[in-house]
Amino acid sequence: MDACGTQAAAAAAGGEGTQRTLYPYVTGNSVIAMKYKDGVIMACDTGASYGSTLRYKSVERIKAVGKHSLIGGSGEFSDFQEILRYLDELTLSDHMWDDGNSLGPKEIHAYLTRVMYNRRNKFDPLWNSLVLGGVKKGPKGDEKYLGMVNMIGTHFEDNHLATGFGNHMAIPILRAEWREDMTFEEAIKLIEKCLLVLLYRDRSSINKFQIAKITTEGSTIYPPYALKTNWGFSAFENPSKGAVGTW
Amino acid sequence: MTGSMDLPAKGGFSFDLCRRNAMLEKKGLKVPGFRKTGTTIVGLVFQDGVVLGADTRATEGPIVADKNCEKIHYMAPNIYCCGAGTAADTEAVTDMVSSQLHLHRYATSRESRVVTALTLLKTHLFNYQGHVSAALVLGGVDVTGPHLHTVYPHGSTDTLPFATMGSGSLAAMSVFESKYKEGLTREEGIQLVAEAICAGIFNDLGSGSNVDVCVITKGKTEYLRNHQLPNPRTYASSKGYSFTKGHTEVLSTKIIPLKQKAEVAEGDAMEE
Repeated sequence: MDACGTQAAAAAAGGEGTQRTLYPYVTGNSVIAMKYKDGVIMACDTGASYGSTLRYKSVERIKAVGKHSLIGGSGEFSDFQEILRYLDELTLSDHMWDDGNSLGPKEIHAYLTRVMYNRRNKFDPLWNSLVLGGVKKGPKGDEKYLGMVNMIGTHFEDNHLATGFGNHMAIPILRAEWREDMTFEEAIKLIEKCLLVLLYRDRSSINKFQIAKITTEGSTIYPPYALKTNWGFSAFENPSKGAVGTW
Repeated sequence: MTGSMDLPAKGGFSFDLCRRNAMLEKKGLKVPGFRKTGTTIVGLVFQDGVVLGADTRATEGPIVADKNCEKIHYMAPNIYCCGAGTAADTEAVTDMVSSQLHLHRYATSRESRVVTALTLLKTHLFNYQGHVSAALVLGGVDVTGPHLHTVYPHGSTDTLPFATMGSGSLAAMSVFESKYKEGLTREEGIQLVAEAICAGIFNDLGSGSNVDVCVITKGKTEYLRNHQLPNPRTYASSKGYSFTKGHTEVLSTKIIPLKQKAEVAEGDAMEE
């Protein structure tokens, strides 16, 4: 679980061998998530861009963590894979305690916050915005949890979250239309509304989405599918209709 | 006195003073900031015409300079223009084109067309190479039908069924992209525009205060100033506060007379 060991060793080796993440290279798009009646729903597209090229089109950016959580990541994909490896080590050693207890979403969120903030303080951040959602039985019954951490360590909890471009385009819709106790179908409809807007207006998004949900029964990551787009506005057909030769 | 003559200016932006400004800045002159409109402006085409909408906040950096400014500018009786960017630029450029359109109406004896306003705006902005920081949503109804255009500071334009500009454009666009359809009625159009502006007002820090709406149809224009006021000032008590005796519990009372009377035992009394 030593997230900073290699960096410390390189620094100790005498300055020359230090490397830090300066820019992200292969980046994933926005992730949207929200709480609903039975748990938490998370969605994102399956694309990863290399600068302005769409390099990978079938990337899974939402993964299950332990029995109770889902993690979604946007930003540098290699850093996301590294974070998944840390979480693997964490959940494995937790399992080996064999004490009947397991890490819930709140604990995993706290762990991720510490990792991200510590890396930021070393000026070597993990270039991601992570969304952590889950359900776990607590003292008040089944408690749904949804939190976010970004590359500088800012973290908070909310009923609905989005990363990247989703902050500008999906959050206004979620703030206006999210309600407590939405059914799964209603939640899907709302999420698809946000995904469609992002598809139209975010240049790096692709028409291939994955939805995942987590409830007390466990997590389900659905296979990728496409949304129906509408380009049939009459104004698009002949924009220079009013004055031929204009543009 | 030499034979050289100053040629008349050929038009376009004269960059002569830019070198002097750069020199002054290097010497430490603090350049005054621009008053920007940090805005949400929108427009959409409905079945009978065009609806334009705007918020009413003008910002100067982090401060709200004007809580209730007017961002929907008059161009012609049948053409209105919303402006985002530097407030002075949007005001000046729309005023200028409005005057040009008026003169053109006198010359042609016809109602102004939206594409005329569009061409005048885009040529002016292109000539100034983006230094005139005006991003506009131009809408109107003329003999050829309803039109909606966006104009960018560098001079490019788009013709669209629905458009948003300004810092709150993403929030407003998310509302339009999810809810716009062709053939909206007047009420639906106004409702959708107000919703989009409210999304900008509540989700973007550069936009705020009230919603202005302008509905343009064939032969009739309605300018609904402050159509919605979703940010009212709420006072705790409209009558103000009064603190009558008995509101505060008195624990103890001690009275100290401030003026001491000196008694004269012998001699004359002191001069007052």
